Amino acid sequence: MIEPLIRIEALTKSFGGLNVLRAVDLAVRPGRVLAIVGPNGAGKTTLIKSVLGLIHPDGGSIAMAGMPIRGDDGYRSRIGYMPQIARYPENLTGAELIAMLEDLRGPGAQLDEELIDVFELRPSLAKPLRVLSGGTRQKVNAVLAFLFTPELLVLDEPTAGLDPLSSSLLKDRILSVRGHGRTVIVTSHIMNELEELADDVAFMLEGQAPFVGTLDELKRITSQSTLERAIATMMRRSRIEEAA
Amino acid sequence: MNTVAKVLKYQARDAVRSRWLIAYALFFMLITDGLLRFSGDAMKTQLSLVSVVLFLVPLVSVVFGTVYLYNAREFIELLLAQPVNRRQMYGGLYLGLTLPLALAFILGLGAPFVLHGIDGSSGATLVALLVSGVVLTCVFSAIATLIAVRCEDRLRGLGTAIGVWMLLTVVYDGFVLFVLAVFSNRPLEHVTLGLMMANPIDIARVALLLRFDGAAMMGYTGAVFLRFFGGAEGVAITTAALALWIAVPVTIGVRAFQRKDF
Repeated sequence: MIEPLIRIEALTKSFGGLNVLRAVDLAVRPGRVLAIVGPNGAGKTTLIKSVLGLIHPDGGSIAMAGMPIRGDDGYRSRIGYMPQIARYPENLTGAELIAMLEDLRGPGAQLDEELIDVFELRPSLAKPLRVLSGGTRQKVNAVLAFLFTPELLVLDEPTAGLDPLSSSLLKDRILSVRGHGRTVIVTSHIMNELEELADDVAFMLEGQAPFVGTLDELKRITSQSTLERAIATMMRRSRIEEAA
Repeated sequence: MNTVAKVLKYQARDAVRSRWLIAYALFFMLITDGLLRFSGDAMKTQLSLVSVVLFLVPLVSVVFGTVYLYNAREFIELLLAQPVNRRQMYGGLYLGLTLPLALAFILGLGAPFVLHGIDGSSGATLVALLVSGVVLTCVFSAIATLIAVRCEDRLRGLGTAIGVWMLLTVVYDGFVLFVLAVFSNRPLEHVTLGLMMANPIDIARVALLLRFDGAAMMGYTGAVFLRFFGGAEGVAITTAALALWIAVPVTIGVRAFQRKDF
């Protein structure tokens, strides 16, 4: 058994009495793409933000490569994050934004500017971010996540707002990064898209992760041929269990 | 260079290009230049500017600061996903807000005086005016940062910001006047002094007005104030009170920021 890159154990979090995470256990295996799926409010974003240290869990533990992340800041130099919403300081240019993150990260990381060229972003980087379209800002967002050649990429709804061409270019990039042995955690509402990308699936429902395993395994236990139908089956089953 | 300086560098670069901040500097430039032209007298202009500074600097600092930080919420989230320390991040955000505001103020108010020429005594008063404005900027942007971190809802945050400003500008003075009226038959010089020390805007007001001849008309209270602000002890207490007005919101803000979920 290979040591997981991220190990989450019995993670709990509540916001004002609402239990958003209820004892989530999850292991992210290195060199693979893990898709976190589930209905709205299942706790996907809360889980991702806990891994990034943006949210402080109430209980349980998260470790990266065996080291607990609590109280540490340095581990985030190994993670690239692409948030769902891309809003940046209006009067900075894309180039300044990139320079800022380079400054904050410090030297050491190998810079991966491939996406800048793939998206043909160079001319847009000289403009203030406020004049860029939503789609272009989302591309900048993707560039920032990949820029420091991180071991782990955390992508929250990465293709939302991208045109089909950019979206498929981004997916190619995700797969190529995985091919280099790096790890990706991705959430999306588009199941077909995850089907293309995912090796592993974590299905979340009401703050728990009732299924964590490979995509093939999920399809086998639900006797379905696509991810979308497999997830639908999982949701239906849980509803029946609830009723029982 | 640590995180504070790095965040400060880029945030300040963003803020100085903000239309609102440029408008703020231009407003001070226009009003100062206008007053200088119409009165033709630096002292009179400065006396008029005291009220403008005491009214406007706290308002703009607290409102611009709160709105700016609410708009930057998603960006702060992205920055916190980098290997940075939250305490230092907070320092960078606070200074990145305060320095552009202070710079706009100094430039707006100072430039017309430099262009029209100043002599020694009005120069000293100008420095006092600028220092007071910068200190008030520091106080109210500290309050703005605290509000933006503590208050999740931006509408309530903005309401709180304006509320704090109203409280310290209008309501507090009403309260002081009420106390003075009720106890008008007792010696209240020291009580008044104490009440003034509790409000940063009042500290700045008294310190500034004592520089003008009008102070003589404040009677015995004016004399007590003059003696207090003239002595080393008075200066030390005033400085300490203002430092507390910056340190307390910053300290509470840092704690809240470290615990905050994004």
